Amino acid sequence: MKIALHEVAHSRAGDKGQLITLSLIPYDPAWYPVLCELAQPARIGAHLRDRVVGDVVRYEMPKLPALTFVCSRAGSDSVTTSLHVDGHGKTMSSALLELEIDVPDEQVRALGLPQRWDG
Amino acid sequence: MTPGIRTAPLRIGCGAGFAGDRLGPAVDLVREGRLDYLILECLGERTIALGQLRRTRDPRAGYDALLERRARALLPEIVATGTRLVTNFGSANPVAAGHRLVEIADELGISGAVSVAVVTGDDVFAQLDVSAPAWEDGVALDQHGELVSAHAYIGADALLPALESGANVIVAGRVADPSLCLAPLVHEFGWQLDDWDALARGTLVGHLMECAGQLTGGYYADLPLKPVPGLDNLGYPIAAVTATGEATLTKLTGTGGVVDRHTAIEQLLYEVTDPRAYLTPDVTLDFTDIEIDEVGPDAVQVRGAAGRPRPDSLKVSVGYRAGFRSEGEISYAGRGAVGRARLAGDLVRSWIGDEVEEFRVDLVGVSSIHGEELARRYQPYECRLRVAAIANSAELAEVVADAVTALYTNGPAGGGGLRTRTDEVIGVLSTTIPRADVELDFMELGGAA
Repeated sequence: MKIALHEVAHSRAGDKGQLITLSLIPYDPAWYPVLCELAQPARIGAHLRDRVVGDVVRYEMPKLPALTFVCSRAGSDSVTTSLHVDGHGKTMSSALLELEIDVPDEQVRALGLPQRWDG
Repeated sequence: MTPGIRTAPLRIGCGAGFAGDRLGPAVDLVREGRLDYLILECLGERTIALGQLRRTRDPRAGYDALLERRARALLPEIVATGTRLVTNFGSANPVAAGHRLVEIADELGISGAVSVAVVTGDDVFAQLDVSAPAWEDGVALDQHGELVSAHAYIGADALLPALESGANVIVAGRVADPSLCLAPLVHEFGWQLDDWDALARGTLVGHLMECAGQLTGGYYADLPLKPVPGLDNLGYPIAAVTATGEATLTKLTGTGGVVDRHTAIEQLLYEVTDPRAYLTPDVTLDFTDIEIDEVGPDAVQVRGAAGRPRPDSLKVSVGYRAGFRSEGEISYAGRGAVGRARLAGDLVRSWIGDEVEEFRVDLVGVSSIHGEELARRYQPYECRLRVAAIANSAELAEVVADAVTALYTNGPAGGGGLRTRTDEVIGVLSTTIPRADVELDFMELGGAA
């Protein structure tokens, strides 16, 4: 089953000079191993290639649990001099969450998807 | 005031997470939060460089543009509740900010109850080695353009003499964000400046607090999975920290927002590049073993921060003149809106030709944020063309704004809502400076004892 990261995790982007940081935080810790397996840094780099150049570095934080990705931007695309609408890269969290991962149906059933809030 | 004797937990609130932050929640925090300290974090990388430019034109300017409003709203509350204010809103001119605060206190009739201490030493423009390479590209700083400012990120140690002076308003410039929180903890609990684990715990609290509402449900809501009740009355955060650095983070009672594991983890990881070595002027903080537990409604406890010695040198943000940026925008709507916007963009591109070297054409509402590939997933009713350029002169950059303007009578059907603007751009580079080259100091202003 194709699952968008948006359905199982949330994210916040941060900026530091030429870098963009992206967190990936599962709603349910049970999904953390799935994210570790399927949200590989090379995959993330390819998914974000419109803005991200070079290698993406991933850090695992199993006690939270959460992943972080540190991405580089092109030389001229710094927070202060960028020509992008979003100079900071704050919207990159939404791009990350658009990534679709392939999870076996039985695994999705076993883990369950987070409850949606209808209030 | 004798430091190091406190045993009760210290209550610190954060009333601003950036220069443009809202005013009301900070006032509420001081009035109702039973705070010992209020922190206001008002600086971004570029804020202080822009402040320096204002200061160049007017020696009394260069501090936070909202200082006046913040001070008028907060000083009476701080005096009434006995709260101490620690802030970096002095920006590029903390001394002028301090003098202005004394004047405002006088105008408010509370000058006898306001004692201001100003922290200086972060401005290192005179000592900067301009031939040093920028972190960003390895090229010498002065090869990027005319340098306009250089500010070192100074730490909690810079704030301590001001805190020890007994002043109830402590104003600084480029203090590292988490140091604003750490300094009161060091001062009140008498932590040693080489007790790395204690400094790490305090820095962790500061890191979580420094963006104010971003800990309590601001910048978080995303339905249907991330609801935030009462966002219109978002409460700003309060940390209750014990003498050993154990921290409970919450928000003002009766306000909107959420404090739970998820809002806390989003903020915990915000802007962290290497979680094993988060560098501040005070300590090297290791996030590896941090755990966050929910301990009550809108209350979390954080533990597990580990510290190692602080870096030998201080990070410096260097501002430089990076040319002029010009932008032009125009909207299209209804059937074929995207096609017409695309056609308009092609026209502008051909008009600009090779006159301007560096420019980009965006379809806002379609592909401006994440490019064409992800844009294929959703279709809009309306579309806004945006063309932006950066060039060495305003005249050259404006070629782009002029081309977008020409779309009115020369472009596709139905373009409207034209806007153009051209601004000077101040870029920011990073480097380091040896601690020995930074001369920290403070001065006391104002009436109270």
